[in-house]
Amino acid sequence: MQLSREELLKAYRQMCLIRAFEDTVHEEFSAGNIPGFVHLYAGEEASGVGVCLHLTDKDCIASTHRGHGHCIAKGCDVGGMMKEIFGRADGLCGGKGGSMHIADLSKGMMGANGIVGGGPPLICGAALTAKTLKTGGVAIAFVGDGGSNQGTTAESLNLAKVWNLPAVFVFEDNGYAESTASSWSVAGDLVERGKAYGMPARRVDGFDFFEVWDAAREAIERARNGDGPSVLHVKLSRYYGHFEGDAMTYRAPGEIDAVKAQKDCIALFKRRVTEAGLLEPDQLAAIEDETAREVADALVDAKAAPPPGEAKLLTDVYVAY
Amino acid sequence: MAKKSYRQAIAEALRQEMERDARVIVMGEDVAGGMGAPGEDDAWGGPLGVTKGLMPIFGRDRVLDTPITESAFIGAAAGAAATGLRPVAELMFVDFFGVCFDQIFNQAAKFRYMFGGKAVTPLVVRTMYGAGFRAASQHSQCLYPVFTHIPGLKVVLPSSPYEAKGLLIQAIRDDDPVIFFEHKAMYDEEEEVPDEPYAIPFGEANLTREGDDVTIVAFGRMVGFANQVADKLAKDGISCTVVDPRTTSPLDSDTILECVEETGRLVVVDEAHPRCSMASDIAGLAAQHVFGALKAPIQMVTAPHAPVPFSPSLEDLYIPSPDKIEAAVRKTMAS
Repeated sequence: MQLSREELLKAYRQMCLIRAFEDTVHEEFSAGNIPGFVHLYAGEEASGVGVCLHLTDKDCIASTHRGHGHCIAKGCDVGGMMKEIFGRADGLCGGKGGSMHIADLSKGMMGANGIVGGGPPLICGAALTAKTLKTGGVAIAFVGDGGSNQGTTAESLNLAKVWNLPAVFVFEDNGYAESTASSWSVAGDLVERGKAYGMPARRVDGFDFFEVWDAAREAIERARNGDGPSVLHVKLSRYYGHFEGDAMTYRAPGEIDAVKAQKDCIALFKRRVTEAGLLEPDQLAAIEDETAREVADALVDAKAAPPPGEAKLLTDVYVAY
Repeated sequence: MAKKSYRQAIAEALRQEMERDARVIVMGEDVAGGMGAPGEDDAWGGPLGVTKGLMPIFGRDRVLDTPITESAFIGAAAGAAATGLRPVAELMFVDFFGVCFDQIFNQAAKFRYMFGGKAVTPLVVRTMYGAGFRAASQHSQCLYPVFTHIPGLKVVLPSSPYEAKGLLIQAIRDDDPVIFFEHKAMYDEEEEVPDEPYAIPFGEANLTREGDDVTIVAFGRMVGFANQVADKLAKDGISCTVVDPRTTSPLDSDTILECVEETGRLVVVDEAHPRCSMASDIAGLAAQHVFGALKAPIQMVTAPHAPVPFSPSLEDLYIPSPDKIEAAVRKTMAS
């Protein structure tokens, strides 16, 4: 199975868009322009994009606190996202969710989540809906290495298998749960954990977009065909801290620079497609410019947009009360 | 119209709503029972038989037995509700909320607000509550004040079979997450219940007795106790209004306050612990809004600030009783 030219262009475009978005949010947060807590996905782009390229709006994903990349990969509007992160009235969630709760159910994006391990049970539900209503949809839980140790995740793996749900659990292991190394906090092995629940499980190099794409294709096809859930253990690295403002004193000196120099997922993608003659360098350069512009425009718009007024404080608590 | 038990009224509501709407599904531990086991199918129909008979009609795709995994299946019910189903999940005992509360209060309850009004989560969690079964501290609590505290949830406390059927049908048709509290000591109580489906709106209190001297506000099983007391005291010339709010969220505070203004005396009966309870909440509302109408101090009849004991001799002392309610009414009349 090969990626078409259009798919390659889309993949590169989404990865660049996420990188530009996160770098911009990093700068704006550092400048004191963004309220609250922000957790950035830069460095992990190949995972979200490699998985979500197989999905359409009828498929659902649940994300984590590090959710901007998943949102963009699932097709959420970048302008609406930026406004949401700035707490603006016409942000994707009306400014009521913020970075940790960005969602767009119309796109099958069931939310970033402020609770580590909050998403996997919800994905069992989305998968149950797809199965019961026979929509042909699948549901994907993105879970960090930290979330892998939550009881909700263990329970969801079990329930997904017992109910034979069209679900995929994607463990994005960036090496650190907050400041704690996953090599210490995750007992055993996440591939073996998946297998212990009787489901296919595969370790994936998260720096390699093509490997993610291929492993996700396999798992998502299996789910769509009614053959039940799978686990992917994606090893990758985050370029920024757990949260913005994290000095990352727990990381080794030079660790991030080495990853950026040797394994950056966007650079690897670019080298691979140009060396193989699949895409031209100027096509890629155009995408880089275009995505940078899109994010810059989104930032200008977000800064100029008005915040929600007092009338919005008590709306949207209930459908009817 | 026929006499039906609280259990039968709930089962009838579930069956009629499942017939009406194919998106309504039931899930929980042993809601059919016998899944994968060598004996009978539909072996239990829930631990107290409330859902028995649904699986043979609707099949295992719509009556889903779960492993003992409350976090996963309550969360799955929330996720299914947000994506197009109308799940009725059974949390066997409300005491078990401690292992799955995140999925209720941080997820389902907040989707609509956090997502800017774009989420609709028609989830019902049916759950057993209350003392009287000698079930001790972890199977007897009345935790509805905890759920009432959470914006985004609706909380229902049916006080009779008629109420149970109409309120459950409303809960299933409602587009917000609803926690439906069934008192385990009421399942065999009977009264006339219409055969046809009907919905009782939330947030509209029911006056089960009307009188001039004292307003008794009671919740769930306590409504029946309050009615008994009102009937007894009527013979002694003390005339009581009994208010069954039906739902603690939304709460029909207007009706409650009107009744207190009319009678000038208030007794609140709540089987939960007294601190941060419905009793303290209603007392606070009355003190804040109709203080000038009060002729006597407000009386609260509640369980004590202690876990529910096992020994029958202690549990009987623990539960608010008709005698305690009567004493509270007489006390407020004496001041």
